[in-house]
Amino acid sequence: MYPANFDYQKASSVAEALAVMAANPDVKVIAGGHSLLPAMKLRLAQPPALLDVWGIEELKGIRREGDWFVVGAMTTHADVLRSELPLFPEVAYEVGDPMVRNRGTIGGSLAHADPSADYPAAALALGAEFVIRGPEGERTVPAGEMFLGMFESAVQPGELLTHVRIPATVQASAYEKFKHPASHYAIVGVAVIRDANGQIRAAYTGAGEKAERLHRLEERLNSGQPVGTGLVESATLLGDRFASPEYRAHLVDVLAERAAARV
Amino acid sequence: MNVTVTVNGKAYTRDVEPRTLLVQFLREDLGLTGTHVGCDTSQCGACTVHLNGDAVKSCTVLAVQADGMSVTTIEGMGTPADLHPLQAGFWEKHGLQCGFCTPGMIMSAAELLKHNPDPSEEEIRHHLEGNYCRCTGYHNIVLAVRQAAGALRAAALAEQAADD
Ligand SMILES: Cc1cc2nc3c(=O)[nH]c(=O)nc-3n(C[C@H](O)[C@H](O)[C@H](O)COP(=O)(O)OP(=O)(O)OC[C@H]3O[C@@H](n4cnc5c(N)ncnc54)[C@H](O)[C@@H]3O)c2cc1C
Ligand code: FES
Ligand code: FES
Repeated sequence: MYPANFDYQKASSVAEALAVMAANPDVKVIAGGHSLLPAMKLRLAQPPALLDVWGIEELKGIRREGDWFVVGAMTTHADVLRSELPLFPEVAYEVGDPMVRNRGTIGGSLAHADPSADYPAAALALGAEFVIRGPEGERTVPAGEMFLGMFESAVQPGELLTHVRIPATVQASAYEKFKHPASHYAIVGVAVIRDANGQIRAAYTGAGEKAERLHRLEERLNSGQPVGTGLVESATLLGDRFASPEYRAHLVDVLAERAAARV
Repeated sequence: MNVTVTVNGKAYTRDVEPRTLLVQFLREDLGLTGTHVGCDTSQCGACTVHLNGDAVKSCTVLAVQADGMSVTTIEGMGTPADLHPLQAGFWEKHGLQCGFCTPGMIMSAAELLKHNPDPSEEEIRHHLEGNYCRCTGYHNIVLAVRQAAGALRAAALAEQAADD
């Protein structure tokens, strides 16, 4: 129940946070703490020092920049849920429960790259971009290069994900999720969008080691074919005591059918 | 580390280890044992309190993160002589058996009623997804929240009439 002990400090600006991380490579960023603290309580993680970035004002809130929304990494799931963003509010409504949504952040979820997290599917389908700052300055990573593996995103040690850029105009979007009944994480989640030019883009999460685009679904829908089955090979998926790879592959087909019917 | 947290309207300063969870701070440092711990995995919601007005799981917030903030616990909702409408609703509708989940249920439901004074059964069930009850089967909990919502709406109307 108790996490192991650690040092703790708060940062009040991105510059200060980056300086602290540069001076102490062992320091771990804490945002909403809703992935990190559960892991620390079970002692699956034992960081020697935490740097609390929750209070950094420049990382909060959502603004419009031309064709994009720019979302601060510390924007909570609850604020995403109440926002004008495409697709993300519907996805946020499915994240955890109201208490999780009041603390957890969009940046924390996307930097963490939990294979069962919901947002990665939405980010891939929408073609979001990630603004990351580190000792060498700022870079922007496209969604396709963000999720590298299980709990592995493009955000490197010493770096901070500062903003998520989300295309502002899509014609339609839908997210369908089969959730674990106790944890509420996605056993499988499928996001489908129709972009400003009428093209379908889709992605799934929960089923494999990381969220992936659903290219087969995109090809079929963009050439006027039905959704069909066999959208992903079960050999590429995860199996555990909750769902076998075959069952997850089946869920991808079923959820894709439901989401596609709504766009 | 020194932290100052305003709990149910009163400011408390204590010296805590950074690893102290807010729920431990409330229960062990302040002796406010109405907030319960039902799990190790941040799932059950028995520890729900309001932090700066938002419902949070106090087992998944560090006391040091709550420094300078205000907390409301079940002890701040009502007294035995003057129950909060949610407390009265749970009593009258038999919304509890062992009562272990009840403080968290009430704090979570209170946040729902703040934003949605007349929630449907479905909205209540979705909102309480992070609060587990191992006894009641939830049916009477939903009835209790609906009764409290009605009582709070009636009280708001009466207040409005008194103002006019
Ligand atoms: C009971 C429960 C149910 C949940 N259900 C779901 C669910 O259904 N779907 C879902 O998607 N998620 C779910 N979650 C996880 C939740 O969404 C977390 O909020 C989210 O995964 C992490 O965000 P955070 O702000 O809490 O990050 P933290 O826990 O603070 O951080 C997570 C990791 O990311 C790093 N990090 C955080 N922010 C940054 C940043 N800006 N830059 C660089 N690194 C950073 C941290 O160092 C840490 O390694 C659930 C959590 C709980 C406790
Ligand atoms: S004690 Fe179970 S969620 Fe906090
Ligand atoms: S009344 Fe016993 S757990 Fe809910």
